[in-house]
Amino acid sequence: MQTALRLVAVLALAALLAVPLFPQIVYPVFVMQTLCFMLFACAFNLLLGHTGILSFGHAAFLGSGAYITGYCAKFLALPAELSILAGTLTGAALGAVFGALAIRRSGIYLAMITLAMSQLVYFFYLQAPFTGAEDGMQQIPRGTLFGLLDLHNDVTLYYVVFATIAGGLWVVWRTVNSPFGAVLRAIREHEPRAISLGYPVARYKVVVFTLSAGLSGLAGSMKAIIFQLAALNDVHWHTSGDVVLMTLLGGMNTVFGPAAGALLVSALTRYLDPFGAWVTVVIGVVFMACVLVFREGIVGKLQHVLRRRPREKRQAVDREGMVRTSE
Amino acid sequence: MSEPILEASNLSKNFNGFHAVNNVSLRIEQGTIHALIGANGAGKTTCFNLLSKFLAPSSGRIRLKGRDITRFRPDRVARLGLVRSFQLSAVFASLTALENVGLALQRRRGESFDFWRSTRKLDDNRARAEELLDAVGLADDHHTLAAELPYGRKRALELATTLGKDPEVMLLDEPTAGMATEDVGHITRLIREVARGRTVVMVEHNLGVVSELCDRITVLARGEILVEGDYDTVARDERVIESYIGGGGHA
Repeated sequence: MQTALRLVAVLALAALLAVPLFPQIVYPVFVMQTLCFMLFACAFNLLLGHTGILSFGHAAFLGSGAYITGYCAKFLALPAELSILAGTLTGAALGAVFGALAIRRSGIYLAMITLAMSQLVYFFYLQAPFTGAEDGMQQIPRGTLFGLLDLHNDVTLYYVVFATIAGGLWVVWRTVNSPFGAVLRAIREHEPRAISLGYPVARYKVVVFTLSAGLSGLAGSMKAIIFQLAALNDVHWHTSGDVVLMTLLGGMNTVFGPAAGALLVSALTRYLDPFGAWVTVVIGVVFMACVLVFREGIVGKLQHVLRRRPREKRQAVDREGMVRTSE
Repeated sequence: MSEPILEASNLSKNFNGFHAVNNVSLRIEQGTIHALIGANGAGKTTCFNLLSKFLAPSSGRIRLKGRDITRFRPDRVARLGLVRSFQLSAVFASLTALENVGLALQRRRGESFDFWRSTRKLDDNRARAEELLDAVGLADDHHTLAAELPYGRKRALELATTLGKDPEVMLLDEPTAGMATEDVGHITRLIREVARGRTVVMVEHNLGVVSELCDRITVLARGEILVEGDYDTVARDERVIESYIGGGGHA
Protein backbone atom coordinates (compact mmCIF):
# COMPACT_ATOMS: atom_id res chain seq x y z
CA MET A 1 0.00 0.00 0.00
CA GLN A 2 2.69 2.42 1.06
CA THR A 3 4.75 1.46 -2.00
CA ALA A 4 1.82 2.34 -4.27
CA LEU A 5 1.65 5.80 -2.70
CA ARG A 6 5.39 6.20 -3.00
CA LEU A 7 5.29 5.22 -6.67
CA VAL A 8 2.62 7.83 -7.35
CA ALA A 9 4.71 10.44 -5.53
CA VAL A 10 7.84 9.59 -7.54
CA LEU A 11 5.92 9.73 -10.84
CA ALA A 12 4.36 13.07 -9.89
CA LEU A 13 7.78 14.43 -9.00
CA ALA A 14 9.26 13.23 -12.30
CA ALA A 15 6.35 14.79 -14.19
CA LEU A 16 6.83 18.10 -12.36
CA LEU A 17 10.54 18.12 -13.13
CA ALA A 18 9.82 17.44 -16.81
CA VAL A 19 7.28 20.26 -17.20
CA PRO A 20 9.59 22.87 -18.80
CA LEU A 21 10.64 20.32 -21.44
CA PHE A 22 7.11 19.95 -22.77
CA PRO A 23 5.55 23.41 -22.74
CA GLN A 24 3.16 22.34 -25.50
CA ILE A 25 1.50 19.78 -23.18
CA VAL A 26 1.15 21.84 -20.04
CA TYR A 27 1.77 25.54 -19.63
CA PRO A 28 4.68 26.02 -17.19
CA VAL A 29 3.30 29.29 -15.82
CA PHE A 30 0.11 27.48 -14.88
CA VAL A 31 2.13 24.79 -13.09
CA MET A 32 4.15 27.41 -11.23
CA GLN A 33 1.00 29.22 -10.14
CA THR A 34 -0.44 25.93 -8.94
CA LEU A 35 2.75 25.20 -6.99
CA CYS A 36 2.35 28.54 -5.21
CA PHE A 37 -1.23 27.70 -4.26
CA MET A 38 -0.10 24.28 -3.07
CA LEU A 39 2.32 25.87 -0.62
CA PHE A 40 -0.29 28.45 0.36
CA ALA A 41 -2.86 25.75 1.16
CA CYS A 42 -0.44 23.51 3.06
CA ALA A 43 0.80 26.49 5.09
CA PHE A 44 -2.77 27.51 5.84
CA ASN A 45 -3.49 23.99 7.01
CA LEU A 46 -0.82 24.25 9.70
CA LEU A 47 -3.45 26.32 11.46
CA LEU A 48 -6.70 24.69 10.39
CA GLY A 49 -5.84 21.01 10.33
CA HIS A 50 -2.93 20.76 12.70
CA THR A 51 -3.79 23.31 15.39
CA GLY A 52 -7.56 23.61 14.94
CA ILE A 53 -7.59 27.34 14.23
CA LEU A 54 -9.70 28.68 11.35
CA SER A 55 -8.14 31.82 9.91
CA PHE A 56 -10.24 33.65 7.39
CA GLY A 57 -7.67 36.24 6.49
CA HIS A 58 -4.85 34.34 4.87
CA ALA A 59 -5.09 36.34 1.64
CA ALA A 60 -3.51 39.21 3.58
CA PHE A 61 -0.31 37.19 3.93
CA LEU A 62 -0.26 35.92 0.34
CA GLY A 63 -1.02 39.39 -0.99
CA SER A 64 1.49 41.15 1.25
CA GLY A 65 4.16 38.72 0.09
CA ALA A 66 3.35 39.62 -3.50
CA TYR A 67 3.15 43.40 -3.02
CA ILE A 68 6.23 43.74 -0.84
CA THR A 69 8.32 41.54 -3.13
CA GLY A 70 7.09 43.64 -6.06
CA TYR A 71 7.83 46.87 -4.25
CA CYS A 72 11.36 45.79 -3.35
CA ALA A 73 12.14 44.53 -6.84
CA LYS A 74 10.56 47.38 -8.76
CA PHE A 75 11.07 50.50 -6.65
CA LEU A 76 14.07 49.60 -4.50
CA ALA A 77 15.74 47.57 -7.25
CA LEU A 78 16.70 44.89 -4.78
CA PRO A 79 17.90 41.53 -6.13
CA ALA A 80 15.29 38.76 -6.39
CA GLU A 81 16.43 36.83 -3.30
CA LEU A 82 16.18 39.88 -1.04
CA SER A 83 12.81 40.86 -2.49
CA ILE A 84 11.44 37.39 -1.88
CA LEU A 85 12.89 37.39 1.63
CA ALA A 86 11.28 40.76 2.34
CA GLY A 87 7.89 39.48 1.13
CA THR A 88 8.17 36.36 3.25
CA LEU A 89 9.20 38.28 6.37
CA THR A 90 6.38 40.78 5.89
CA GLY A 91 3.94 37.88 5.73
CA ALA A 92 5.42 36.43 8.90
CA ALA A 93 5.36 39.75 10.77
CA LEU A 94 1.78 40.37 9.76
CA GLY A 95 0.97 36.83 10.88
CA ALA A 96 2.47 37.51 14.30
CA VAL A 97 0.25 40.60 14.67
CA PHE A 98 -2.89 38.82 13.40
CA GLY A 99 -2.13 35.87 15.63
CA ALA A 100 -1.45 37.86 18.78
CA LEU A 101 -4.77 39.67 18.42
CA ALA A 102 -6.96 36.89 17.06
CA ILE A 103 -6.09 34.10 19.49
CA ARG A 104 -7.77 36.00 22.30
CA ARG A 105 -10.93 34.49 20.88
CA SER A 106 -11.64 31.12 19.34
CA GLY A 107 -13.80 29.52 16.68
CA ILE A 108 -16.01 31.76 14.58
CA TYR A 109 -14.96 34.90 16.50
CA LEU A 110 -11.33 34.24 15.73
CA ALA A 111 -12.22 33.79 12.06
CA MET A 112 -14.10 37.11 12.09
CA ILE A 113 -11.16 38.95 13.65
CA THR A 114 -8.78 37.62 11.00
CA LEU A 115 -11.28 38.56 8.27
CA ALA A 116 -11.59 42.08 9.65
CA MET A 117 -7.83 42.54 9.81
CA SER A 118 -7.34 41.15 6.32
CA GLN A 119 -9.89 43.68 5.06
CA LEU A 120 -7.80 46.44 6.64
CA VAL A 121 -4.81 45.10 4.75
CA TYR A 122 -6.88 44.93 1.54
CA PHE A 123 -7.85 48.58 1.78
CA PHE A 124 -4.29 49.54 2.54
CA TYR A 125 -3.14 47.99 -0.75
CA LEU A 126 -6.11 49.53 -2.58
CA GLN A 127 -5.16 53.03 -1.38
CA ALA A 128 -1.40 52.93 -1.06
CA PRO A 129 0.35 55.00 -3.74
CA PHE A 130 2.77 52.29 -4.89
CA THR A 131 0.30 49.47 -5.60
CA GLY A 132 -1.45 50.71 -8.74
CA ALA A 133 -4.83 50.17 -7.04
CA GLU A 134 -7.23 48.23 -9.33
CA ASP A 135 -4.61 47.86 -12.07
CA GLY A 136 -2.24 46.09 -9.71
CA MET A 137 1.50 46.54 -9.53
CA GLN A 138 2.73 45.70 -13.00
CA GLN A 139 6.05 44.99 -14.66
CA ILE A 140 7.78 43.72 -11.59
CA PRO A 141 11.32 42.83 -12.73
CA ARG A 142 12.30 39.22 -12.18
CA GLY A 143 15.98 40.01 -11.88
CA THR A 144 18.64 37.44 -11.14
CA LEU A 145 18.86 35.17 -8.14
CA PHE A 146 22.09 35.52 -6.11
CA GLY A 147 23.49 37.33 -9.16
CA LEU A 148 23.80 33.95 -10.88
CA LEU A 149 20.47 32.62 -12.05
CA ASP A 150 18.71 34.75 -14.63
CA LEU A 151 15.01 34.50 -13.84
CA HIS A 152 14.01 35.89 -17.23
CA ASN A 153 14.88 32.47 -18.57
CA ASP A 154 11.63 30.51 -18.24
CA VAL A 155 13.33 27.19 -17.58
CA THR A 156 15.56 28.65 -14.85
CA LEU A 157 12.58 30.39 -13.34
CA TYR A 158 10.62 27.15 -13.31
CA TYR A 159 13.28 25.20 -11.45
CA VAL A 160 13.86 28.03 -8.97
CA VAL A 161 10.13 28.15 -8.23
CA PHE A 162 9.99 24.38 -7.99
CA ALA A 163 12.90 24.24 -5.53
CA THR A 164 11.56 27.09 -3.40
CA ILE A 165 8.07 25.64 -3.12
CA ALA A 166 9.52 22.20 -2.39
CA GLY A 167 11.58 23.80 0.38
CA GLY A 168 8.47 25.50 1.76
CA LEU A 169 6.53 22.25 1.72
CA TRP A 170 9.41 20.53 3.47
CA VAL A 171 9.18 23.11 6.28
CA VAL A 172 5.46 22.34 6.60
CA TRP A 173 6.15 18.61 6.75
CA ARG A 174 8.96 19.08 9.24
CA THR A 175 6.81 21.28 11.47
CA VAL A 176 3.98 18.77 11.56
CA ASN A 177 6.40 15.97 12.42
CA SER A 178 8.33 17.79 15.11
CA PRO A 179 8.04 18.09 18.88
CA PHE A 180 6.40 21.46 18.20
CA GLY A 181 3.87 19.78 15.90
CA ALA A 182 3.05 17.27 18.63
CA VAL A 183 2.13 20.13 20.96
CA LEU A 184 0.01 21.71 18.23
CA ARG A 185 -1.95 18.47 17.95
CA ALA A 186 -2.41 18.43 21.71
CA ILE A 187 -3.82 21.96 21.55
CA ARG A 188 -6.16 20.92 18.74
CA GLU A 189 -7.38 17.86 20.61
CA HIS A 190 -7.85 19.29 24.09
CA GLU A 191 -6.63 22.78 24.82
CA PRO A 192 -7.24 22.88 28.61
CA ARG A 193 -5.37 19.60 28.96
CA ALA A 194 -2.43 21.00 27.02
CA ILE A 195 -2.39 23.95 29.43
CA SER A 196 -2.60 21.65 32.41
CA LEU A 197 0.49 19.84 31.11
CA GLY A 198 2.36 23.12 31.34
CA TYR A 199 2.30 24.31 27.73
CA PRO A 200 1.93 28.09 27.28
CA VAL A 201 -0.71 27.58 24.60
CA ALA A 202 -1.00 31.22 23.51
CA ARG A 203 2.68 31.36 22.63
CA TYR A 204 2.42 28.19 20.54
CA LYS A 205 -0.51 29.64 18.64
CA VAL A 206 1.33 32.85 17.83
CA VAL A 207 4.38 30.92 16.64
CA VAL A 208 2.37 28.67 14.34
CA PHE A 209 0.43 31.69 13.06
CA THR A 210 3.70 33.40 12.21
CA LEU A 211 5.07 30.31 10.51
CA SER A 212 1.93 29.74 8.48
CA ALA A 213 1.77 33.39 7.45
CA GLY A 214 5.45 33.47 6.54
CA LEU A 215 5.09 30.49 4.22
CA SER A 216 1.96 32.03 2.72
CA GLY A 217 3.98 35.19 2.17
CA LEU A 218 6.65 33.12 0.42
CA ALA A 219 3.98 31.67 -1.89
CA GLY A 220 2.80 35.21 -2.68
CA SER A 221 6.35 36.43 -3.29
CA MET A 222 7.00 33.67 -5.80
CA LYS A 223 3.70 34.42 -7.49
CA ALA A 224 4.70 38.07 -7.94
CA ILE A 225 7.99 37.05 -9.53
CA ILE A 226 6.32 34.53 -11.83
CA PHE A 227 3.58 36.82 -13.14
CA GLN A 228 5.60 40.03 -12.68
CA LEU A 229 2.37 41.28 -11.18
CA ALA A 230 0.89 41.82 -7.73
CA ALA A 231 -2.84 42.30 -7.91
CA LEU A 232 -5.72 42.98 -5.53
CA ASN A 233 -7.00 39.44 -6.21
CA ASP A 234 -4.21 38.04 -4.09
CA VAL A 235 -5.26 40.03 -1.06
CA HIS A 236 -9.03 39.81 -1.57
CA TRP A 237 -11.15 37.81 0.87
CA HIS A 238 -12.20 35.51 -1.99
CA THR A 239 -8.68 34.14 -1.87
CA SER A 240 -9.01 33.57 1.89
CA GLY A 241 -12.12 31.55 1.07
CA ASP A 242 -10.45 29.65 -1.77
CA VAL A 243 -7.70 28.40 0.49
CA VAL A 244 -10.26 27.02 2.95
CA LEU A 245 -11.93 25.27 0.01
CA MET A 246 -8.64 23.80 -1.26
CA THR A 247 -7.74 22.56 2.20
CA LEU A 248 -11.07 20.89 2.86
CA LEU A 249 -11.14 19.32 -0.62
CA GLY A 250 -7.68 17.86 -0.20
CA GLY A 251 -8.07 16.80 3.42
CA MET A 252 -7.25 18.86 6.48
CA ASN A 253 -6.00 15.93 8.53
CA THR A 254 -3.16 15.27 6.11
CA VAL A 255 0.08 17.14 5.49
CA PHE A 256 -0.05 17.37 1.69
CA GLY A 257 -3.77 16.89 1.11
CA PRO A 258 -4.30 20.64 0.75
CA ALA A 259 -1.78 20.61 -2.12
CA ALA A 260 -3.98 18.11 -3.96
CA GLY A 261 -6.95 20.35 -3.25
CA ALA A 262 -5.04 23.33 -4.64
CA LEU A 263 -4.20 21.34 -7.77
CA LEU A 264 -7.82 20.37 -8.27
CA VAL A 265 -9.20 23.89 -7.83
CA SER A 266 -6.44 25.35 -9.97
CA ALA A 267 -6.98 22.81 -12.77
CA LEU A 268 -10.76 23.20 -12.74
CA THR A 269 -10.43 26.97 -12.91
CA ARG A 270 -8.03 26.75 -15.83
CA TYR A 271 -9.50 23.98 -17.96
CA LEU A 272 -13.10 24.98 -17.48
CA ASP A 273 -12.26 28.54 -18.35
CA PRO A 274 -14.20 28.38 -21.67
CA PHE A 275 -17.39 27.90 -19.66
CA GLY A 276 -16.98 31.34 -18.11
CA ALA A 277 -18.99 31.95 -14.99
CA TRP A 278 -19.96 28.26 -14.88
CA VAL A 279 -16.55 27.50 -13.35
CA THR A 280 -17.79 28.72 -10.00
CA VAL A 281 -20.84 26.51 -10.26
CA VAL A 282 -18.76 23.45 -11.17
CA ILE A 283 -16.33 24.05 -8.30
CA GLY A 284 -19.30 24.48 -6.00
CA VAL A 285 -20.75 21.15 -7.10
CA VAL A 286 -17.38 19.39 -6.76
CA PHE A 287 -17.02 20.82 -3.28
CA MET A 288 -20.49 19.70 -2.22
CA ALA A 289 -19.91 16.24 -3.65
CA CYS A 290 -16.60 15.95 -1.78
CA VAL A 291 -18.08 17.08 1.52
CA LEU A 292 -20.97 14.66 1.17
CA VAL A 293 -19.03 11.65 -0.09
CA PHE A 294 -15.71 11.94 1.72
CA ARG A 295 -15.58 14.41 4.52
CA GLU A 296 -11.92 13.72 5.21
CA GLY A 297 -11.03 15.11 1.76
CA ILE A 298 -9.54 13.43 -1.29
CA VAL A 299 -6.17 12.52 0.19
CA GLY A 300 -7.72 11.82 3.58
CA LYS A 301 -10.10 9.35 1.97
CA LEU A 302 -7.27 7.76 0.00
CA GLN A 303 -5.18 7.23 3.12
CA HIS A 304 -8.19 5.86 4.91
CA VAL A 305 -8.85 3.29 2.18
CA LEU A 306 -5.19 2.27 2.02
CA ARG A 307 -4.97 1.85 5.77
CA ARG A 308 -8.33 0.26 6.34
CA ARG A 309 -7.22 -3.32 6.41
CA PRO A 310 -4.55 -3.11 9.14
CA ARG A 311 -6.79 -0.91 11.26
CA GLU A 312 -9.69 -3.34 11.15
CA LYS A 313 -7.38 -6.04 12.37
CA ARG A 314 -6.20 -3.89 15.22
CA GLN A 315 -9.72 -3.00 16.28
CA ALA A 316 -10.62 -6.67 16.46
CA VAL A 317 -7.74 -7.22 18.86
CA ASP A 318 -8.84 -4.23 20.92
CA ARG A 319 -12.32 -5.58 21.21
CA GLU A 320 -11.01 -8.81 22.71
CA GLY A 321 -8.77 -6.87 25.05
CA MET A 322 -11.66 -4.72 26.17
CA VAL A 323 -13.57 -7.62 27.64
CA ARG A 324 -10.90 -8.16 30.23
CA THR A 325 -10.80 -4.84 32.05
CA SER A 326 -13.59 -2.61 31.01
CA GLU A 327 -17.33 -2.09 31.34
CA MET B 1 2.35 22.39 62.15
CA SER B 2 4.67 22.41 59.14
CA GLU B 3 4.23 24.74 56.18
CA PRO B 4 1.42 23.38 53.95
CA ILE B 5 2.40 22.58 50.34
CA LEU B 6 -0.73 24.25 49.00
CA GLU B 7 -2.57 26.91 50.88
CA ALA B 8 -5.58 29.01 49.98
CA SER B 9 -6.59 31.88 52.15
CA ASN B 10 -9.97 33.62 52.05
CA LEU B 11 -10.59 32.56 48.48
CA SER B 12 -13.72 33.95 46.82
CA LYS B 13 -15.13 33.83 43.33
CA ASN B 14 -18.08 35.86 42.09
CA PHE B 15 -19.84 35.24 38.83
CA ASN B 16 -21.84 38.41 38.26
CA GLY B 17 -22.86 38.64 41.88
CA PHE B 18 -23.28 34.91 42.41
CA HIS B 19 -20.87 33.74 45.10
CA ALA B 20 -19.72 30.40 43.73
CA VAL B 21 -16.92 30.23 46.30
CA ASN B 22 -17.03 32.40 49.37
CA ASN B 23 -14.15 32.98 51.74
CA VAL B 24 -12.69 29.47 51.55
CA SER B 25 -9.41 28.75 53.28
CA LEU B 26 -7.64 25.45 52.77
CA ARG B 27 -4.37 24.01 54.05
CA ILE B 28 -3.19 21.00 52.12
CA GLU B 29 -0.41 19.21 53.95
CA GLN B 30 2.42 17.61 52.03
CA GLY B 31 1.96 13.90 51.36
CA THR B 32 -1.73 13.75 52.18
CA ILE B 33 -4.77 12.90 50.11
CA HIS B 34 -7.32 15.62 50.63
CA ALA B 35 -10.92 15.41 49.38
CA LEU B 36 -13.34 18.17 48.54
CA ILE B 37 -16.89 16.93 48.78
CA GLY B 38 -20.32 18.50 48.78
CA ALA B 39 -23.61 18.49 46.95
CA ASN B 40 -23.93 19.67 43.36
CA GLY B 41 -23.37 23.38 43.10
CA ALA B 42 -21.45 23.52 46.37
CA GLY B 43 -18.47 25.10 44.60
CA LYS B 44 -16.11 22.13 44.43
CA THR B 45 -15.26 22.47 40.79
CA THR B 46 -14.94 26.25 41.00
CA CYS B 47 -12.61 25.77 43.95
CA PHE B 48 -10.62 23.36 41.85
CA ASN B 49 -10.41 25.73 38.93
CA LEU B 50 -9.19 28.43 41.31
CA LEU B 51 -6.50 26.24 42.82
CA SER B 52 -5.22 25.17 39.39
CA LYS B 53 -5.45 28.80 38.21
CA PHE B 54 -7.87 28.02 35.38
CA LEU B 55 -10.00 30.69 37.00
CA ALA B 56 -8.74 33.88 38.62
CA PRO B 57 -10.13 34.44 42.14
CA SER B 58 -12.15 37.56 42.89
CA SER B 59 -10.27 37.84 46.14
CA GLY B 60 -7.97 35.81 48.37
CA ARG B 61 -4.50 34.33 47.94
CA ILE B 62 -3.08 30.98 46.89
CA ARG B 63 0.39 29.78 47.87
CA LEU B 64 2.16 26.77 46.43
CA LYS B 65 5.27 25.60 48.29
CA GLY B 66 5.32 28.95 50.08
CA ARG B 67 5.23 30.89 46.83
CA ASP B 68 2.37 33.21 46.00
CA ILE B 69 0.78 31.92 42.78
CA THR B 70 -2.40 34.01 42.89
CA ARG B 71 -1.49 35.88 39.69
CA PHE B 72 0.21 33.04 37.80
CA ARG B 73 -1.08 31.57 34.57
CA PRO B 74 -2.26 27.94 34.67
CA ASP B 75 0.53 26.59 32.45
CA ARG B 76 3.14 28.13 34.76
CA VAL B 77 1.52 26.60 37.82
CA ALA B 78 1.66 23.25 36.02
CA ARG B 79 5.38 23.69 35.41
CA LEU B 80 5.83 24.42 39.11
CA GLY B 81 4.52 20.95 39.90
CA LEU B 82 0.78 21.31 40.36
CA VAL B 83 -1.01 19.31 37.66
CA ARG B 84 -4.75 18.88 37.39
CA SER B 85 -7.03 16.40 35.67
CA PHE B 86 -10.52 17.03 34.32
CA GLN B 87 -14.00 15.83 35.14
CA LEU B 88 -14.57 14.28 31.74
CA SER B 89 -11.67 12.20 30.61
CA ALA B 90 -9.24 14.61 29.02
CA VAL B 91 -7.18 12.68 26.50
CA PHE B 92 -5.85 13.68 23.10
CA ALA B 93 -8.37 11.60 21.17
CA SER B 94 -6.70 11.15 17.78
CA LEU B 95 -3.28 10.35 19.23
CA THR B 96 -2.14 6.95 20.47
CA ALA B 97 -1.76 6.19 24.17
CA LEU B 98 1.99 6.41 23.80
CA GLU B 99 1.78 9.82 22.14
CA ASN B 100 -0.56 11.04 24.87
CA VAL B 101 1.92 10.23 27.60
CA GLY B 102 4.76 11.46 25.42
CA LEU B 103 3.25 14.93 25.47
CA ALA B 104 3.59 15.06 29.22
CA LEU B 105 7.23 13.99 29.03
CA GLN B 106 8.21 16.27 26.18
CA ARG B 107 8.17 19.62 27.86
CA ARG B 108 10.90 18.79 30.32
CA ARG B 109 13.40 18.52 27.53
CA GLY B 110 12.78 22.18 26.79
CA GLU B 111 12.69 21.81 23.02
CA SER B 112 9.02 21.90 22.31
CA PHE B 113 9.17 25.00 20.14
CA ASP B 114 11.66 23.36 17.78
CA PHE B 115 9.59 22.96 14.63
CA TRP B 116 12.74 22.16 12.64
CA ARG B 117 13.55 19.00 14.58
CA SER B 118 12.29 15.51 13.96
CA THR B 119 9.94 13.82 16.40
CA ARG B 120 12.67 11.20 16.57
CA LYS B 121 14.20 13.56 19.12
CA LEU B 122 11.46 12.35 21.44
CA ASP B 123 12.34 8.68 21.27
CA ASP B 124 14.42 9.08 24.40
CA ASN B 125 11.17 9.51 26.31
CA ARG B 126 9.70 6.35 24.94
CA ALA B 127 10.90 3.94 27.58
CA ARG B 128 9.52 6.14 30.34
CA ALA B 129 6.18 6.50 28.50
CA GLU B 130 5.88 2.72 28.14
CA GLU B 131 6.69 2.28 31.80
CA LEU B 132 3.92 4.69 32.81
CA LEU B 133 1.37 3.00 30.55
CA ASP B 134 2.28 -0.41 31.91
CA ALA B 135 1.93 0.91 35.46
CA VAL B 136 -1.69 1.93 34.92
CA GLY B 137 -2.60 -1.33 33.20
CA LEU B 138 -2.43 -0.21 29.59
CA ALA B 139 0.37 -2.54 28.57
CA ASP B 140 -1.61 -3.85 25.60
CA ASP B 141 -2.78 -0.46 24.41
CA HIS B 142 0.43 1.43 23.64
CA HIS B 143 -0.57 2.00 20.02
CA THR B 144 -4.32 2.27 20.43
CA LEU B 145 -5.82 5.64 19.63
CA ALA B 146 -7.11 7.29 22.79
CA ALA B 147 -10.52 7.72 21.16
CA GLU B 148 -10.81 3.96 20.76
CA LEU B 149 -10.14 3.18 24.43
CA PRO B 150 -13.12 2.34 26.64
CA TYR B 151 -13.97 4.96 29.26
CA GLY B 152 -12.24 3.32 32.21
CA ARG B 153 -9.02 3.02 30.28
CA LYS B 154 -9.25 6.60 29.12
CA ARG B 155 -9.21 7.64 32.75
CA ALA B 156 -6.23 5.39 33.36
CA LEU B 157 -4.46 6.97 30.38
CA GLU B 158 -5.23 10.41 31.74
CA LEU B 159 -3.68 9.43 35.04
CA ALA B 160 -0.58 8.10 33.29
CA THR B 161 -0.29 11.38 31.39
CA THR B 162 -0.60 13.41 34.60
CA LEU B 163 2.09 11.24 36.17
CA GLY B 164 4.32 11.95 33.20
CA LYS B 165 4.71 15.45 34.59
CA ASP B 166 5.90 13.90 37.84
CA PRO B 167 3.79 16.40 39.78
CA GLU B 168 4.28 17.17 43.45
CA VAL B 169 0.62 18.05 43.78
CA MET B 170 -2.10 16.37 41.74
CA LEU B 171 -5.58 17.80 41.54
CA LEU B 172 -7.99 15.09 40.44
CA ASP B 173 -11.45 16.21 39.40
CA GLU B 174 -13.89 13.34 40.03
CA PRO B 175 -11.52 10.58 38.94
CA THR B 176 -14.21 7.89 39.22
CA ALA B 177 -17.14 9.80 37.72
CA GLY B 178 -19.19 7.75 35.26
CA MET B 179 -17.28 4.53 35.89
CA ALA B 180 -18.46 0.97 36.25
CA THR B 181 -17.94 -0.56 39.71
CA GLU B 182 -14.95 -2.74 38.88
CA ASP B 183 -13.21 0.21 37.22
CA VAL B 184 -13.76 2.32 40.34
CA GLY B 185 -11.84 -0.27 42.36
CA HIS B 186 -9.07 -0.31 39.76
CA ILE B 187 -8.69 3.49 39.69
CA THR B 188 -8.86 3.72 43.50
CA ARG B 189 -5.97 1.29 43.81
CA LEU B 190 -4.06 3.21 41.16
CA ILE B 191 -4.54 6.53 42.91
CA ARG B 192 -3.36 5.06 46.18
CA GLU B 193 -0.25 3.74 44.47
CA VAL B 194 0.67 6.91 42.62
CA ALA B 195 -0.12 9.12 45.61
CA ARG B 196 2.92 7.76 47.41
CA GLY B 197 5.35 10.61 47.84
CA ARG B 198 2.91 13.11 46.36
CA THR B 199 0.10 15.30 47.54
CA VAL B 200 -3.36 14.75 46.10
CA VAL B 201 -6.42 16.93 46.20
CA MET B 202 -9.52 15.34 44.76
CA VAL B 203 -13.12 16.22 44.15
CA GLU B 204 -15.12 13.03 44.53
CA HIS B 205 -18.76 12.07 44.78
CA ASN B 206 -18.21 8.45 45.63
CA LEU B 207 -17.98 8.43 49.44
CA GLY B 208 -16.68 4.86 49.38
CA VAL B 209 -13.63 6.03 47.45
CA VAL B 210 -13.23 9.02 49.77
CA SER B 211 -13.34 6.92 52.91
CA GLU B 212 -10.85 4.47 51.48
CA LEU B 213 -8.31 6.99 50.19
CA CYS B 214 -8.49 10.32 51.90
CA ASP B 215 -6.69 11.52 54.99
CA ARG B 216 -8.61 14.72 55.25
CA ILE B 217 -11.95 15.88 53.95
CA THR B 218 -13.37 19.34 53.39
CA VAL B 219 -17.12 19.56 52.95
CA LEU B 220 -18.37 22.50 50.93
CA ALA B 221 -21.92 23.80 50.89
CA ARG B 222 -23.11 26.80 48.91
CA GLY B 223 -19.59 28.00 48.32
CA GLU B 224 -18.46 27.86 51.93
CA ILE B 225 -16.67 25.36 54.10
CA LEU B 226 -19.14 23.41 56.20
CA VAL B 227 -16.87 21.00 58.03
CA GLU B 228 -13.31 19.81 57.75
CA GLY B 229 -11.71 16.76 59.32
CA ASP B 230 -11.05 13.05 58.81
CA TYR B 231 -13.71 10.74 57.45
CA ASP B 232 -15.22 9.74 60.78
CA THR B 233 -15.56 13.32 61.97
CA VAL B 234 -17.16 14.38 58.75
CA ALA B 235 -19.46 11.39 58.39
CA ARG B 236 -20.87 11.90 61.88
CA ASP B 237 -21.48 15.61 61.47
CA GLU B 238 -25.18 16.38 61.36
CA ARG B 239 -24.82 19.38 59.09
CA VAL B 240 -23.06 17.21 56.53
CA ILE B 241 -25.76 14.58 56.64
CA GLU B 242 -28.38 17.24 56.27
CA SER B 243 -26.53 18.97 53.47
CA TYR B 244 -26.22 15.73 51.56
CA ILE B 245 -29.78 14.65 52.07
CA GLY B 246 -31.16 18.13 51.56
CA GLY B 247 -29.06 18.43 48.39
CA GLY B 248 -27.58 21.74 49.55
CA GLY B 249 -31.07 23.29 49.59
CA HIS B 250 -32.36 26.11 51.75
CA ALA B 251 -31.09 25.97 55.31
